[in-house]
Amino acid sequence: MAHLIAEECEKLTRAFSGFGGLGVEEKELVSVIGNWRHEPEKRSHFRRGCAAPLFNAEVENFERWEDDFVKHLKAEFARFKNVVLLWAMHPWERDARWANHVLHKAHPFAILVEIACTRSTEELLGARRAYHTLFHHSLEEDVAYRVKESNAQLLVGLVSSYRYEGSHVDEERAKLEAKALNDAIKKAGAKKPIENEDIIRILTTRSKPHLKVTFKFYKEMYGKSIEEDIAGDKCLQETVQCLRSPPIYFCKIINRAFKDGAEKNTKEALTRVIVSRSEIDMAEIKEVYHKQYGVKLEDVIAKSTHGNYRDALLSLVTGKEQES
Amino acid sequence: MATLKVPSSVPSPLEDADRLRKAFVGWGTDEKTIVSILGHRTASQRMEIRRVYKELFGEELFTSLDKEISGDFERIVLLWTFHPAERDAFLANEAARKWNPSNRVLIEVACARSSGQLFAARQAYHARYKRSLEEDVAAHTTGDFRKLLVPLVSAFRYEGEEVNKTLAKSEAKILHEKISDKGYNDEELIRIITTRSKAQLLATFNHYNDQFGHPINKDLKSDPKDEYLAALRATIRCFTCPAKYFEKVVRFAINKLGTDEYALTRVITTRAEVDLQEIKDVYQQRNSVAMDHAVSGETSGDYKSMLLALLGHEEA
Repeated sequence: MAHLIAEECEKLTRAFSGFGGLGVEEKELVSVIGNWRHEPEKRSHFRRGCAAPLFNAEVENFERWEDDFVKHLKAEFARFKNVVLLWAMHPWERDARWANHVLHKAHPFAILVEIACTRSTEELLGARRAYHTLFHHSLEEDVAYRVKESNAQLLVGLVSSYRYEGSHVDEERAKLEAKALNDAIKKAGAKKPIENEDIIRILTTRSKPHLKVTFKFYKEMYGKSIEEDIAGDKCLQETVQCLRSPPIYFCKIINRAFKDGAEKNTKEALTRVIVSRSEIDMAEIKEVYHKQYGVKLEDVIAKSTHGNYRDALLSLVTGKEQES
Repeated sequence: MATLKVPSSVPSPLEDADRLRKAFVGWGTDEKTIVSILGHRTASQRMEIRRVYKELFGEELFTSLDKEISGDFERIVLLWTFHPAERDAFLANEAARKWNPSNRVLIEVACARSSGQLFAARQAYHARYKRSLEEDVAAHTTGDFRKLLVPLVSAFRYEGEEVNKTLAKSEAKILHEKISDKGYNDEELIRIITTRSKAQLLATFNHYNDQFGHPINKDLKSDPKDEYLAALRATIRCFTCPAKYFEKVVRFAINKLGTDEYALTRVITTRAEVDLQEIKDVYQQRNSVAMDHAVSGETSGDYKSMLLALLGHEEA
């Protein structure tokens, strides 16, 4: 009997998103509510016994919900809601709102880099239009005003870009700029690379095909990839990664969300990436993920997330496959 | 207000294309026809004529024009016939490639246009030059000019009329501080000028005047030879008083020994459908002579005819 109760408790705790994982097991919770009707001792046992992190039994007459855990629960219950709202939202509005969160709710700057560098030129333009409508300021105005760190100039440049989208690349120019980038990185001076004018100019104005060729020449000419040489600067690294290969970048983000002890923003990134890339490059992301981590993305999602949230993510990741 | 005069009953694009073709065919060219048609059509009408001309004769109107006419007349006809967005892209590309510190074209394109028009120019730039405008400006300018010009041409300013008065006050103060310290290339100064909406900037400049007793440009005149300061002043004037700004460009172009046709052509073609009437009014006030008259005196031939047509001098 005790063994069965312990098992039930564990299941229920997991359904409440205790013991890790993202989201809650809605079906499980509903079924327990039904099964445990008229059985207050079971609930009592649950509160006092196994679900240690969820309740505080040190209180005088009763075991109260841990306030921190209730907050945590709110977020977990909301994951499915967020997926649905974001999924239905116009991509421009999504990006504008995410950008606004970075500036007004101290979300990580990496989200700005992501939006500015992984969206197509027209998608970024759309996001900027949506930003006008929603927030009555221009995106670059708010970035310039609110970002006071050393990466301000780079970020303003990135969100203001309107990159040429054609495939034509001037190889000679790409070689020259690979050299310019290397010179700027090696030039150990008072200014960090992220504030260097040439680096900013090249990364914020050149077309993506041009940059990919430039990075290729960089590796050929200097033996190291440019990411290795700028490893000291996270923001600069993220910029290069997003410009060079969004799928590789996104796989890293997704993987971090599954790690134990991941922070709130790190976990929210899972929703953001899956929803925003579901119809863009999800096939490449799955491929890269499998190659990089040796497991299928859908398997990790199935294992590490719960309930409706899990099902929604899986639909976005594997849903009706496109005819290729 | 525009000065362009369009006939009350406009011939069809087909008729226009046909008459233009006839003007090219045979010995010589009938320049009067070119002026009388193109000089009296709106941007969308001109686009239609170009489209129909290409369909009928298998050749771009621009190609035919290039073969038949030359010099200042060719430049003004070509620039005029462009769609405003293409024209801005063309002028911006020329300015970037041949950039020098006294060049103000990029500032005009970035600041004397609406947010939407600047963006249309950037799109036209992609199509025409297979690069982005900001990439070329960044690659051809240096130092403080690059710090100012790249954000100026990259801006996609909010177009609403809302103004935050508190912000205007505090930013006027910041501008004053930086200027007093001669920090003309300061990041905050550049940030304010290159990202705030036009309405917000105007409010900020007004506050500056109220708070410090004189317009901001007065404090940017410490060194008459400093081209960067002149560029800053031009930027501010394009926002606050474009008609006065362009009047000055025209006045200098006309008074210059030998007349600066490039500048004259640029102002006339880019403003004829915008505010050339206001510019003429300012010119009259400032110089006690009508602009039409001054232009007449300094130019000649077909170039003059086209200028006068765009100035609204003749009837359509």
